[in-house]
Amino acid sequence: MTSELDIFVGNTTLIDEDVYRLWLDGYSVSDAVALRVRSGILEQTGATAAVLQSDTMDHYRTFHMLERLLHAPPKLLHQLIFQIPPSRQALLIERYYDFDEAFVREVLGKKLSKGTKKDLDDISTKTGITLKSCRRQFDNFKRVFKVVEEMRGSLVDNIQQHFLLSDRLARDYAAIVFFANNRFETGKKKLQYLSFGDFAFCAELMIQNWTLGAVGEAPTDPDSQMDDMDMDLDKEFLQDLKELKVLVADKDLLDLHKSLVCTALRGKLGVFSEMEANFKNLSRGLVNVAAKLTHNKDVRDLFVDLVEKFVEPCRSDHWPLNDVRLFLNQYSASVHSLDGFRHQALWDRYMGTLRGCLLRLYHD
Amino acid sequence: MPGKLKVKIVAGRHLPVMDRASDLTDAFVEVKFGNTTFKTDVYLKSLNPQWNSEWFKFEVDDEDLQDEPLQITVLDHDTYSANDAIGKVYIDIDPLLYSEAATVISGWFPIYDTIHGIRGEINVVVKVDLFNDLNRFRQSSCGVKFFCTTSIPKCYRAVIIHGFVEELVVNEDPEYQWIDRIRTPRASNEARQRLISLMSGELQRKIGLKVLEMRGNAVVGYLQCFDLEGESGLVVRAIGTACTLDKLSSPAAFLPACNSPSKDMKESPLVHPPSHGCRSTHNSPIHTATGSRLTQNFSVSVPTLIYTGMGSGSAGKEGGPFKALLRQQTQSALEQREFPFFTLTAFPPGFLVHVGGVVSARSVKLLDRIHNPAFVGIMGNTRSYKLLDWNSFNSDEPETRDAWWAEIRQEIKSHAKALGCHAVVGYSESTSICEEVCILSASGTAAVLNPRFLQDGTVEGCLEQRLEENLPPGCGFCHIPYDELNMPFPAHLTYCYNCRKQKVPDVLFTTVDLPSDATVIGKGCLIQARLCRLKKKAQAEANATAISNLLPFMEYEVHTQLMNKLKLKGMNALFGLRIQITVGENMLMGLASATGVYLAALPTPGGIQIAGKTPNDGSYEQHISHMQKKINDTIAKNKELYEIIPPEISEEIIGSPIPEPRQRSRLLRSQSESSDEVTELDLSHGKKDAFVLEIDDTDAMEDVHSLLTDVPPPSGFYSCNTEIMPGINNWTSEIQMFTSVRVIRLSSLNLTNQALNKNFNDLCENLLKSLYFKLRSMIPCCLCHVNFTVSLPEDELIQVTVTAVAITFDKNQALQTTKTLVEKSLQRASTDNEELLQFPLELCSDSLPSHPFPPAKEHLESASSNSGIPAAQRDRCSSWIELIKLKAQTIRRGSIKTTVTVEKASPMGEGNFRNRSAPPCASATVGVVKMTPLSFIPGAKITKYLGIINMFFIRETTSLREEGGVSGFLHAFIAEVFAMVRAHVAALGGNAVVSYIMKQCVFMENPNKNQAQCLINVSGDAVVFVRESDLEVVSTQQPTANLQPSCTEGEVTT
Repeated sequence: MTSELDIFVGNTTLIDEDVYRLWLDGYSVSDAVALRVRSGILEQTGATAAVLQSDTMDHYRTFHMLERLLHAPPKLLHQLIFQIPPSRQALLIERYYDFDEAFVREVLGKKLSKGTKKDLDDISTKTGITLKSCRRQFDNFKRVFKVVEEMRGSLVDNIQQHFLLSDRLARDYAAIVFFANNRFETGKKKLQYLSFGDFAFCAELMIQNWTLGAVGEAPTDPDSQMDDMDMDLDKEFLQDLKELKVLVADKDLLDLHKSLVCTALRGKLGVFSEMEANFKNLSRGLVNVAAKLTHNKDVRDLFVDLVEKFVEPCRSDHWPLNDVRLFLNQYSASVHSLDGFRHQALWDRYMGTLRGCLLRLYHD
Repeated sequence: MPGKLKVKIVAGRHLPVMDRASDLTDAFVEVKFGNTTFKTDVYLKSLNPQWNSEWFKFEVDDEDLQDEPLQITVLDHDTYSANDAIGKVYIDIDPLLYSEAATVISGWFPIYDTIHGIRGEINVVVKVDLFNDLNRFRQSSCGVKFFCTTSIPKCYRAVIIHGFVEELVVNEDPEYQWIDRIRTPRASNEARQRLISLMSGELQRKIGLKVLEMRGNAVVGYLQCFDLEGESGLVVRAIGTACTLDKLSSPAAFLPACNSPSKDMKESPLVHPPSHGCRSTHNSPIHTATGSRLTQNFSVSVPTLIYTGMGSGSAGKEGGPFKALLRQQTQSALEQREFPFFTLTAFPPGFLVHVGGVVSARSVKLLDRIHNPAFVGIMGNTRSYKLLDWNSFNSDEPETRDAWWAEIRQEIKSHAKALGCHAVVGYSESTSICEEVCILSASGTAAVLNPRFLQDGTVEGCLEQRLEENLPPGCGFCHIPYDELNMPFPAHLTYCYNCRKQKVPDVLFTTVDLPSDATVIGKGCLIQARLCRLKKKAQAEANATAISNLLPFMEYEVHTQLMNKLKLKGMNALFGLRIQITVGENMLMGLASATGVYLAALPTPGGIQIAGKTPNDGSYEQHISHMQKKINDTIAKNKELYEIIPPEISEEIIGSPIPEPRQRSRLLRSQSESSDEVTELDLSHGKKDAFVLEIDDTDAMEDVHSLLTDVPPPSGFYSCNTEIMPGINNWTSEIQMFTSVRVIRLSSLNLTNQALNKNFNDLCENLLKSLYFKLRSMIPCCLCHVNFTVSLPEDELIQVTVTAVAITFDKNQALQTTKTLVEKSLQRASTDNEELLQFPLELCSDSLPSHPFPPAKEHLESASSNSGIPAAQRDRCSSWIELIKLKAQTIRRGSIKTTVTVEKASPMGEGNFRNRSAPPCASATVGVVKMTPLSFIPGAKITKYLGIINMFFIRETTSLREEGGVSGFLHAFIAEVFAMVRAHVAALGGNAVVSYIMKQCVFMENPNKNQAQCLINVSGDAVVFVRESDLEVVSTQQPTANLQPSCTEGEVTT
């Protein structure tokens, strides 16, 4: 006696959250059944393995049919085939677009292309995430990227509107898209200590302050040529950053800056002497990073540079986080007292974001 | 020119990409009604076209309005080649034809293609302007309302229930026409869909005409079926009950069905007479049909079992004269009718007076090829019919499908008469076809009805009143309707446990729902008998003869199984009994489903005793007693599980702590002395005091084993196949309707009956287990209206389709009500000694050795089959039954478990109602449409019936593997069917389908060719419901507020 056909169709589509999790995680039906058996569900419900097998198959089939709709979540809302309560629809979408930290760290900042897709095998082996799940997550990134790539307006809003994601997840996707678009290097060994959250935090700051959209917030010219407002860094701004070079190139200015910072922080920093000794190096590092951002290559290496030029030196001197904060605040603020420096606004736009990023990046 | 149909095509969405180059579609729409076609403009390059067409107007006869469906075809425009069809929508405009139903059809319909399934949606608005037609000879029957619901619809009152209406139409199946060889599968499927749609429209119109003739205005319990006879054609037939209905002006007066029964029950447990169960004799009367038909047109009529119930014949002293009067009236009312049948399963209070038992008739027919040249002539025309001579060659008198059914109905009628009943309620008909053999079946419940609903209510007045005074409340329907001295079959009568005045049978079987006023103890449960019989492959007459020879045996065994299982549950009545016999190439399958209950009016069922054949073998004895113990344990457990605590019986037990059978029967006698009729009672008791299962061979062993393999549902779950579950009355609003289909392939080699039975049994049991598992998050809940259908699509395939609805209930409240019930019963039983509670467990086994078997009597042919059949019973056996090894079976009362267990194990709800935080996409755009096989929606009130939904779909694929194999294919198809039903309901302005039924699900596959095909036919009533909670708010605040909270887009604008 073999089962040829075995289906269950409810007027309201049944969604089992646990099985959905297993499906999303890319387990085969038999693996999923084994995992469910291990969870003790048989004992709880008095069901048999055959029942579990049939139930799992059914859910997998349903998910498979739903997957097409999940690729365009608004379709899931309007379709007539599956009657699913709104809360369940939201859950389906949210879980489908959710991703693994380990996975996203591997592909963050990489081009979402076929080439990367080929590497998924390795990523799967490395992270222990099933290849199927890797593919889904990668395809999600790519799909969201493709849809919002050409759109104007807020990146987060666009994502939320077209994929109906929660605020948190939409922000994460904004970061992923932003990183993929600007191809920031995140995979270097030095950067391994950073979490996706760290990068997403930085991405959000950069989107808010360094992109075209950030400027466009002024309602003066909403119809100007500002495609990809949130995706691309403001080229003009990057060009202008060269002007900051004077802060380190002009020796007087540099000395003055240093003395202002040191005066203000004397007695307040535990690592004052180290700071005093390192001030010029640090300042040079930060300003040079800014000045180099005109080259795409250097934009990509932004995080590597920040870690090398700032985070690592401070860390080797064992600066406490609070000292870093005090220093960065003072370092940015003091520039306003430099009479010979004319690019205050530019400096604030640069340093305001950078300060936030550096504080987030500064940890073990 | 009595009608103008107006159609507007608004827009489309989610269309498929038809042009690969542009990834877009140039769509336009053809709107066709009858022979007139309109087209919209082509909307270029869009997957979401906005046609916004003008109103297309069709001027048509109302006859056509009733017959024809509106056909909407969406196409992709192609400049150079033929336009490609995207898909179609068929809209049945019937609901627009009666005044009280829908006034407009407007909404998004899935665009359906028989090869690709649903491909996007189209927004359509349809209206009808009807002109009054004064022509008396009109052929249309606009205005007659149709309901699938098998009870009087909730917002109506039955003025008169006229009776049975039936009709059938026949045509050639397009799939078997010569043209099918040259046309595409799509064209063929569409031809079929269109034809069936047309035929059902016509059938409905014709039935409507009959109703008008009877001066009715509605058909209730309308059941329409298709017989796909293959080469010999396509039959569409329908039956129903004609009524005159009055719309209730103040709907508030009507409580939803789910709430009312509980109250009635508590206050006056004995109030109303419902239908009732039947009697458990195997040796029930068998009416063998005469052989004349046999010899003639290869039609074999099968001897029929009557499962009887009994009622109080004319014996009752008090009720006598009245009853006689009543009977006369009813009879005269009914005799005017050819067939006094009613397809209803639930009735207005007082309608059902007595119930006799289940009557059924089957007949095996050979379907003939079409030899009649006259037929071919008419064929092109879709309106040709049963006047065709189907069976002409070999018989002088032409026999038609109509005649076949008439014959069967006649048989049913005479069975009912034999039971002293003049009507049949809960009546239904079905067929099973395999190649050229067809089994026609009909069954119902013989009953005596109250005439006041059957005539124009002149007589009712005083009669009715006095009748109700005389009828003991709540048990009247159990009383036997036939003459005790002239019983149609051997039965075992006792005085009613409720009123003690009239006779009742010990077991009652019926095909109707449990009457709302019946006094039931404990809860009910689903009981199934399952059976397979191998048969040799044969041709034509030989095949038909083989089948008809097997049928009686199957009926007999199904009945035995039902009895045994009923006893095992400690219950005494079956409701909603439905026996399905399915014929295949090399086997017959029988599946009987019913809901078992314990009726307070009937005697406590006895236990089951096992008797061994070889008493000297020690280990064998041991085995037997082991089995006996298991059975006793099971009975005890079941009683606890279903909370069966019969109060009266506890009195008896208190008197006799020693469970010696003789003593017990004496006890019974003394107890019943109160009713002054000792002797009769005792006669029937002494010897038949136990239900004995004899284990004389492996077969019997199997049977006993299979009894014990049925696992009760997990705690928190109940199941029944009736509308409501006896003993549960506080439904909450969560419902989940579902369809589950399973097909198994039997290992073909050396199949035996036993192996087959086991496979089939496992299939059904596993299916149920899966359902319980899947729905575990709804615990505590009840599966209601569980409807199993078996088919044998191929040699080694068995297909089982289940449709049911899971309804949650409030556990705490449920407990309270049972508690009060229990408390009540305990009070009645004057004393109750806890120490005594356990002993009945031992009762059965104790009495085993000492039980006196009557000696075997001479007539029995095989010695092994003897034991305990009283001569009277045996004499009743007609010839065929002598061939059957009779299992001894007598009735004993005893083994009562009185332990009061109100406690239930806690449910293991896994993630029950997890409330999720508000989702970002909470604003759903698709309105929820509920579907249920029941006639009501728990916690809600139906405010309007919008019309009948009757849809037929075919789906075919030539890329089975790509669509996920057979399971993927059928899963998607059923989901699509649900979607289309919901869309049509929403477009009518409704938010639910009640009395939903999947009448047919024919699935065929050819994996080698990567092909599969499936036909599905569903029906139900589209309704508007309002939640009770909303209703209160609305009525107290603004009455003008929108009464349809969950109804969306397709909202009616009246």
